Amino acid sequence: MSRCFLRITHYVALALVFALILASLLYRPAFAQGPTPSDDEVNAIAKQLYCPVCENTPLDVCPTEACRQWRELIRSQLADGWTEAQIKQYFVDNYGARVLAEPPRTGLNWMVYLLPPAIILLGAFILFRALRAWTKPTMASAGPGESEAKPIQQDDYVARLEEELKKRK
Amino acid sequence: MTETTNTDTAPESRDTSVGKRGVPVWIQIIVWGLLVTLLVVVFLGLRRAQQGTVQPGDKIPDFSLNLFSDYEYQGSSEVKLSDFRGKVVVLNFWASWCKPCEQEAAELQETWEFYEPSGAVVFLGADYVDTEPEARVYLKKFGITYANGPDMGTKISQMFRIKGVPETYFIDKNGVLQFVKVGPFSSVEEIKSIVDGLLE
Repeated sequence: MSRCFLRITHYVALALVFALILASLLYRPAFAQGPTPSDDEVNAIAKQLYCPVCENTPLDVCPTEACRQWRELIRSQLADGWTEAQIKQYFVDNYGARVLAEPPRTGLNWMVYLLPPAIILLGAFILFRALRAWTKPTMASAGPGESEAKPIQQDDYVARLEEELKKRK
Repeated sequence: MTETTNTDTAPESRDTSVGKRGVPVWIQIIVWGLLVTLLVVVFLGLRRAQQGTVQPGDKIPDFSLNLFSDYEYQGSSEVKLSDFRGKVVVLNFWASWCKPCEQEAAELQETWEFYEPSGAVVFLGADYVDTEPEARVYLKKFGITYANGPDMGTKISQMFRIKGVPETYFIDKNGVLQFVKVGPFSSVEEIKSIVDGLLE
């Protein structure tokens, strides 16, 4: 009887230990999430925006009062449960698409994404053609041991030269 | 003599072979086309940047301003410039984060209170790149009662090509811009002198 009781106690103790380990793994302290979003969370969105007042300065590093207000607005929107897309759309609606660091992929904005790679490809092609044009003439001026690769004009020239030499002999 | 002739002709034949291997014409056209397009875009951008604000004498295109929820003009929460034909319009761009705007806020309100009974002058406030809670605090702080609303999408400020805040635009009874004030007003008299000039 006592043996059986000991065994049950053993199982109960094991179950309790297992439950405690599981609980400690699953438990996340409430303060980790925080009541208000952190600066990092705010800046993750802010760096994708530019305030029209401070040109060429991303919102996350802009020191002006206007940009500070914008960051606080993002913080309050995050606290209200807004998604990143909703916040960005709010700023576009209120301040125009120019606040976005990356222009939306619509209309003429596509030029921003398509032109640079197109110009790079075109430049690479032109460079390839130019390099090929520069390297071919050097083959024509190769040494006498490579007579097979010589153009016809140079063969004529050598033939004439040899003819002249024969005449002098 | 013969030798000289032969040595002269050989390099020429090489040059000719190089010349034949040029960049195709269609690529040259594309490259020049892109270059010209780029220059035109840069030129237009620079010209726009140097244009400054709209100038006195310019006819102002119609625009609409959605007012803050506590504001209305003759029962309407949205105003259009075309609604004010026959009246002098004073359009002020401001922002809550703008310290110089605070210098003139009380003067603008006082001038508005002076002209409001006549019905011949309309004051409009366009809140530029601002956040609404702070804008409301600013309006309450200075007790501003004339029609005010956010410049949504910065459309109005872009139309006027403003360079900053505060800037104030005086539009006559025919919708033609007559005066631009860049920076804050120094006194109520300064504003009145401009408005009176347009009422005559």
